[in-house]
Amino acid sequence: MARKAYAQVVTGNALLEGHVVYLTAQGTWSTALTDAEILRDEADAQLRLLSAMAQAATVVGAYLADVDPDAASPKPLHFREAFRRDGPGHYVYPAGRI
Amino acid sequence: MYYQSEFDADYLASRNTQFRAQVERRIAGQLTEDEFKPLRLMNGLYLQLHAYMLRVAIPYGSLNSAQMTKLADVADRWDRGYGHFTTRQNIQFNWPALRDVPDILDALAEVGLHAIQTSGNTIRNITSDHFAGAAADEISDPRPVAELIRQWSTDHPEFQFLPRKFKVAVTGSPTDRAVTRAHDIGLRMIRRGSETGFEVIVGGGLGRTPMIGKVLREFVALPDLLDYLEAVISVYNLLGRRDNKYKARIKITLHETGEEALRAMVEARFAELRGTYPGSMDALSDIAARFRSPDLPPREHRIFTAAKAQDPVFRAWADTNLTTHKRADYAIVTVSLKAHGAVPGDATSAQMRLLADLARQFGQDELRISHEQNVILPHVALDDLPALHAALLPAGLATANVGLISDIIACPGMDYCALATARSIPVAQAIATRFEELQLEHDIGALKIKISGCINACGHHHVGHIGILGLDRGGVETYQITLGGDGTETTSLGERTGPGFAYDEIVPAIERLIAAYTAVRTNAQETFLATYRRLGMAPFKAALYDGDTSDAA
Ligand code: HEM
Ligand code: SF4
Repeated sequence: MARKAYAQVVTGNALLEGHVVYLTAQGTWSTALTDAEILRDEADAQLRLLSAMAQAATVVGAYLADVDPDAASPKPLHFREAFRRDGPGHYVYPAGRI
Repeated sequence: MYYQSEFDADYLASRNTQFRAQVERRIAGQLTEDEFKPLRLMNGLYLQLHAYMLRVAIPYGSLNSAQMTKLADVADRWDRGYGHFTTRQNIQFNWPALRDVPDILDALAEVGLHAIQTSGNTIRNITSDHFAGAAADEISDPRPVAELIRQWSTDHPEFQFLPRKFKVAVTGSPTDRAVTRAHDIGLRMIRRGSETGFEVIVGGGLGRTPMIGKVLREFVALPDLLDYLEAVISVYNLLGRRDNKYKARIKITLHETGEEALRAMVEARFAELRGTYPGSMDALSDIAARFRSPDLPPREHRIFTAAKAQDPVFRAWADTNLTTHKRADYAIVTVSLKAHGAVPGDATSAQMRLLADLARQFGQDELRISHEQNVILPHVALDDLPALHAALLPAGLATANVGLISDIIACPGMDYCALATARSIPVAQAIATRFEELQLEHDIGALKIKISGCINACGHHHVGHIGILGLDRGGVETYQITLGGDGTETTSLGERTGPGFAYDEIVPAIERLIAAYTAVRTNAQETFLATYRRLGMAPFKAALYDGDTSDAA
């Protein structure tokens, strides 16, 4: 059986706003999951995570989140990550409130 | 309303100055997150899924209009124009930026509000009956005692690092509106002859191991109360487990130690501690003097009677949202924050301002927040009710559903909460909207649905007549149903019906339960809870799982 393809992104919350952020290929942080770099190598992912955790004055609680290995653009596998990406706006308040 | 003393103001100012410096050091990189986290939690600041969350205490659920207006100011200036009132009589702001939090705390301190001991392993915000001081069935207003306990527990040097969080609720009524049996300590006021005291219930709690509290002592006279509480908590502080946070609450200590043994230890400690707080009765009378009971002028009720006769919308609201006041010419008004489809417990800043204005105009400047996530105007003259209702209507605050199926308690769940395993808010919204469409809720009658988004049970699901618990089962949101829970003086914990339901199956499942209930109740007066207690699980299980509701009868 083929080993499941590996795909993760580094994510966390911005220190100042608390908002969800993702690590980009340039090493910057973006609030859009579509900007995140998909890490396809586990060792590389661990290194990227360590460098993210070192940025304690920018980001809180960095971790690796699984994304769909078959999708070209980062797509969450777990519903929690989908809610983190979307925020509560959809049904909690009409768009525009949030 | 309680007016804070200068001591409180100085204390809040110095705490806020300290926290401002800590925030600055964190932003400047001089504190790590590991160092900062306990400090921010001590000031009610959490990091949630999408942002920081600031939890502000509303001690025993009482607010005046200036405080409510200040909450609206905070929502507008530093948040996104709304706040969430919780089952613990707190308000949570969901979007503050870290840098702004010290300013928010200073603004709150201007009206005596704060976020101290809303987190951490301390004695948390003291909760109480939201009808305190107004209810017809009350022995005496429990809030001065709640305030005495708040003062005793705030910054109590021995009790800042308890084995786990510690929640105290106080009621002055035989009708338990404060869920006292589901608290670490629940206090129920009792009068023995001319003496006032409390029944002390210990070891209740919800969460992953729900337990109903045990009466540790049937009567503690008022002058002994602080000594006795100190005895209970100091015994717990020694015995409570610090090795496993799931076993650290006093309910587990009680279970593991045994009720008799724990009682004996507390009595021994109480004997040693008796007289530790000789000034407590003086302090209590000072506090009581600062709880200005409103002077309610005598009023007529002709306008009220006429409006009830003429206006069916007003009548429906009056029938569901009013509670008997100790004065016959006044009523206690529950303003529902559960408009069908709205987020339970959320109020916009405009709604908060309106409620503050109406409290000033019609309600003796008093507001209460209930653990059921509604707002109460405790003293409104009957003849002012039609005008009050007319003012609430355009603001979406006149929903006539208090105590009915759409008056749902729901925790923030996965829309906000970092610990959540599933969403709760949209489930509440969907149930309320569905039964509104069916136009059934008045026919169904008294029914409490309570929803939690994880096993921590912040939404009180164990004590819901119907409880819903959202779980993550293999990466899919799954909802477990419990039946027969009750948080009043006839407390019981709900029982699981069986396997859970997927997100899109939960509303139809509730509909089947309700159809089964209306089919088997003896008459329209037999409530869901009474029917469940008479018949047990069988007809409801059949309705949920047999796929044929006609079997239910
Ligand atoms: C959003 C951040 C929140 C966090 C991190 C949180 C955390 C927790 C945890 C860990 C427990 C379980 C404690 C235990 O079993 O030892 C708990 C219980 C509880 N929480 Fe929350 N909670 C949050 C929000 C709320 C809200 C919004 C409410 C009110 C609606 C609330 C009210 C309660 C209540 C009533 C309980 C159960 C009573 C008990 O402590 O046994 N919490 N919470
Ligand atoms: S019950 Fe769980 S999901 Fe709901 S607020 Fe509490 S910790 Fe969060």
